[in-house]
Amino acid sequence: MKQQLENIRIAAEEALKSASSLQDLDNVRVQYLGKKGELTAVLKQMGGLSAEERPVIGQIANEVREQITAEIEARKAEIQAEEQEKQLQNETIDVTLPGKTEALGHKHPLSIVLDEVKEIFLGMGFDVAEGPEVEWDHYNFEALNIPKDHPARDTQDTFYITENMLLRTQTSPVQIRVMEKKEPPIRIIAPGRVYRSDAVDATHSPLFHQIEGLVVDEGITMGDLKGTLETWARKLYGEDTNIRLRPHHFPFTEPSCEIDISCFKCGGVGCPMCKNEGWIEILGGGMVHPKVLENGGVDPEKYSGFAFGIGLERIVMFRFGLDDMRMLYENDMRFLEQF
Amino acid sequence: MYLSKRWLAEFVDLDKINVSDKQYAEDLTISGSKVESFKKEGSELSNIVVGKVESLERHPDSDHLWVCQIDVGAEEKLQIVTGAQNLTAGDIVPVALNKSVVAGGHKITTGKLRGVKSEGMMCSLGELGLTAHDFPYAIEDGIFVLGDDCDKTLGMDIRDAIGLNDIVTEFEITSNRPDCLSVIGLARETAATYKVPLKLHTPEVKPGIEDIKDYLKVDIEAPDKCYRYVGGVVKNVRVKESPRWMRERLRASGVRPINNIVDITNYIMLEYGQPMHAFDLRFLEGNHVIVRNAKKGETITTLDGEERELSEEMLVIADEKKPVAVAGVMGGEYSGIMDDTNTIVFESACFNGPSVRRTAKALGMRTEASGRFEKQLNPDDCDACLLRALELVQMLDAGDVVNGTVDCDKSDKTPVTLPFDPEWTNKFIGINVSADEQKAILERIGFKVENGTIYAPSFRIDIEHQADISEEIARFFGYNNIENHEIHGVAKAGPTDRQKFNRLVENTMLSCGLSEIQTFSFISPKAYDKIDLPKDSKMRNCVVISNPLGEDTSVMRTTAIPSMLEVLRTNFNNRNEKAFLYELATTYTSNGLEELPDENQELVLGMYGKDVDYFALKGVVEELLKVCGIEDYDVEPKKNCPTFHPGRTAKITKDDKSLVLLGEVHPKVLGNYEIETKAYVATINMENLFEIANLTRVYKALPKYPATTRDLAFVCDADLPVLLLEKAIKGACGKILESIQLFDVYQGAQVGENKKSVAFNLKFRSAERTLTDEECNGAVKKAIKAVSDLGAILRS
Repeated sequence: MKQQLENIRIAAEEALKSASSLQDLDNVRVQYLGKKGELTAVLKQMGGLSAEERPVIGQIANEVREQITAEIEARKAEIQAEEQEKQLQNETIDVTLPGKTEALGHKHPLSIVLDEVKEIFLGMGFDVAEGPEVEWDHYNFEALNIPKDHPARDTQDTFYITENMLLRTQTSPVQIRVMEKKEPPIRIIAPGRVYRSDAVDATHSPLFHQIEGLVVDEGITMGDLKGTLETWARKLYGEDTNIRLRPHHFPFTEPSCEIDISCFKCGGVGCPMCKNEGWIEILGGGMVHPKVLENGGVDPEKYSGFAFGIGLERIVMFRFGLDDMRMLYENDMRFLEQF
Repeated sequence: MYLSKRWLAEFVDLDKINVSDKQYAEDLTISGSKVESFKKEGSELSNIVVGKVESLERHPDSDHLWVCQIDVGAEEKLQIVTGAQNLTAGDIVPVALNKSVVAGGHKITTGKLRGVKSEGMMCSLGELGLTAHDFPYAIEDGIFVLGDDCDKTLGMDIRDAIGLNDIVTEFEITSNRPDCLSVIGLARETAATYKVPLKLHTPEVKPGIEDIKDYLKVDIEAPDKCYRYVGGVVKNVRVKESPRWMRERLRASGVRPINNIVDITNYIMLEYGQPMHAFDLRFLEGNHVIVRNAKKGETITTLDGEERELSEEMLVIADEKKPVAVAGVMGGEYSGIMDDTNTIVFESACFNGPSVRRTAKALGMRTEASGRFEKQLNPDDCDACLLRALELVQMLDAGDVVNGTVDCDKSDKTPVTLPFDPEWTNKFIGINVSADEQKAILERIGFKVENGTIYAPSFRIDIEHQADISEEIARFFGYNNIENHEIHGVAKAGPTDRQKFNRLVENTMLSCGLSEIQTFSFISPKAYDKIDLPKDSKMRNCVVISNPLGEDTSVMRTTAIPSMLEVLRTNFNNRNEKAFLYELATTYTSNGLEELPDENQELVLGMYGKDVDYFALKGVVEELLKVCGIEDYDVEPKKNCPTFHPGRTAKITKDDKSLVLLGEVHPKVLGNYEIETKAYVATINMENLFEIANLTRVYKALPKYPATTRDLAFVCDADLPVLLLEKAIKGACGKILESIQLFDVYQGAQVGENKKSVAFNLKFRSAERTLTDEECNGAVKKAIKAVSDLGAILRS
């Protein structure tokens, strides 16, 4: 009987070796360990054994059972691993196929840069103010020290609604509107659309955007203007950026200046971007003219201030290497999706 | 303003400055006179020298070509073939050598003309970039034969020989500094920039003939518009060309030389910035200049031959009978210098700037003179300019100067004064410049500082305030030497609720896959017809631009739908397969001409493409409403909006406030825009959306008890809006209904004609306990009852 058990063990082992699926394994289990299996059949003969033999054979039979069970389990793990491997192989996909996603929309390049500029100024304590685009001549010109028949009106060809109502040619009227409403300290930027009677071409548009800035407080100096704009330029264009001021004339600031930044492409040595000058003109500004403070209801004896205006289109075009302003207002999807 | 370096050298010792032209351009820009560009005259020419025609013979194979032997100062003579017919032996001419460049960039090399070697080319004026105005004695269609006003050294660079070698710097002068529209003004800025002396010239007129009192009388009847009028008279005028030095300076300054008298007036305008006028005394009735307002209905024929009607606020120069010039703008037809002109009057006057500006604008005549006068010139210079003119007449032998001038001076001689307050400037600019240094800066540019008072020079019409003085100090101290500083103090800043809301809306659009567009705020009034807006629609009441660029941009939009359709068209035409777009646009609603319009925001969505339908658009709108915390809004079909498809358009309202209009664009409107695909547009009232939005979020505990779900399908009339069923079910089930989800709508044979089957998934849940089947069944029963009132029957 001992021999019988040993044969069963060997046969089961052989059968397990050739088993290649979980089904095969189960067949092995049923064949040898099942109720009608071979081992059970042998055990049923145990009744015919002597009292001495019975525990010995019993023990061997148990060992054989455990051994086969263990081997089945081991083989099962193997087969499962193989089957999983096979399944994974079958599931192979072309990982280079494109992914699936709901495409996100694209912010307009003007908004991308404007949002950055706003964030920088918000971080420096500037509120974002607004004013009407259809404006009174008073706010757009008169209060800004540009009386009727002033030659400075020539540089801003104006769309008129009536003699006194017009499309603002600059965001500067917001300066007056803010000063009228708020006591100093004032620290605002005012981005928005402005209008000038220029025909459309690669660098002109009858509608474009400016970002006005205004700071009014006791003891504000031109050094503050420079420091503020340098900080802004460095946050927008990098820590190595420098600014340069050139005297200029705006009727509503005195002193007035145009402000260049060192070319962010070549760092100031000269390249096609900056027309070999090393500097790029970005904005205009100056100390708020005392008359303008007065027109806004602010006492020029007590307070001083600075103001500046940035042309948004210009910095957007520099940022993205755009050479034609018209693209910004054409809104072709192939253009928008680049940003 | 073009500045000739040679001319500048008359007023400033350039040897003391000794900087490169590039450095000069930079230094002047930084001190406040912006340089646009600078260039050396004749810089495109190369390898052209002075040569002498030794001999010339006919070309053996041509009846019009000449073969010339040319001496260019070298050992070997050159042989040059020319087609010009104006040469004789001994002529001194410009010779373009082998490998030279003439005007226009044309390269000249040795070659053969009809078999005869030609080692270069003799040049005409045009080939040197000049015209007969520069050398009136030369002919334009032949070789330029150098006259005695040129250096005839053989082999010399032609540019040096004929004076085509000035450096010209172009300045951009701002409107507050008309004094810098002159050589003297820029010389003053140059001298101050480099701290060298300014050498001014005082005109000296030698004794002439007779007495001006016998020739000219001047009266100013409108002293508010004419501050000063100085006149001089020249008899026996000898009109001829000006000398080379004067022609050269005019040319460098961008002014064409004409003849000595005209050139003198232009020369003074460039030197002093003062426009001068010269006219024939013959046509001055009564020898009397009257500066007065034009009379009603008066006309004048101006120099350009146009008859112009004048109005009473315009200032004219008149004689005793008629106006002879529009003051400061243009002379009358007889005021020119003619061949038989004998006696002329030189006028040097100062007019009120705004008045000149208004007149020039009203007559549509902006001239060089009016452009200067309107910036307000300096009356103090009028006499000096006139004397300078007379001095030049004598110098050029252009006529006999009549003794004396007539000076009618109504100008205010009080100088502008300001307290000298160096501390104020230091504090205002943020610098620390000593009083002495500030005084020195001011004196260098013509200010006087005495006993604590600053006297502004009369040519500085822009000086009014301490701040103006500070600018002068700052620009010569150097803007870039001012120390950068951070603003002191704490500022409280942050976006407003509305600004935050706009950002939320925009971010939602981007997340939904819509890209942002930016379009013009002005549109064509025809756009309202294109979107088929009713003729009596309030939206046609727009703000109209009185001087638009064209009709397409002539009214401010009351809706951005036309702009969106234009952009959809552009994308369609550019063969883009799809477009998903939004614009957060401002609209302008007119309040008449006495009040500013209302400016509101409109969010416009637009889309087309494969798989895009009404529901794609509505999905975006629903997402937006969800983000805005707006629930239980009303959606109703909108059948009567002509822009949209009558069966595929809805209006969304909440609490009777209109929020959204969305739908498929009407095929007729699509046709108007030539969009050959279905397109979908929504317009959202941002003011109402912001008002109704509820952005407050309060945490609700996650459910502890299980939910029970039921699927219900109903059959109802095909045109019954599903939203009504949904609302009825919600109302009937009450609080225990956690959610209701539509999962199927079916139309077809199985449900019968004009019917549809609508299936919902209902989820019941209580926060306090597990619901019993009975409770849920009860709710379902109520729901079935409620929808049966709408004619919907539970589908079995």
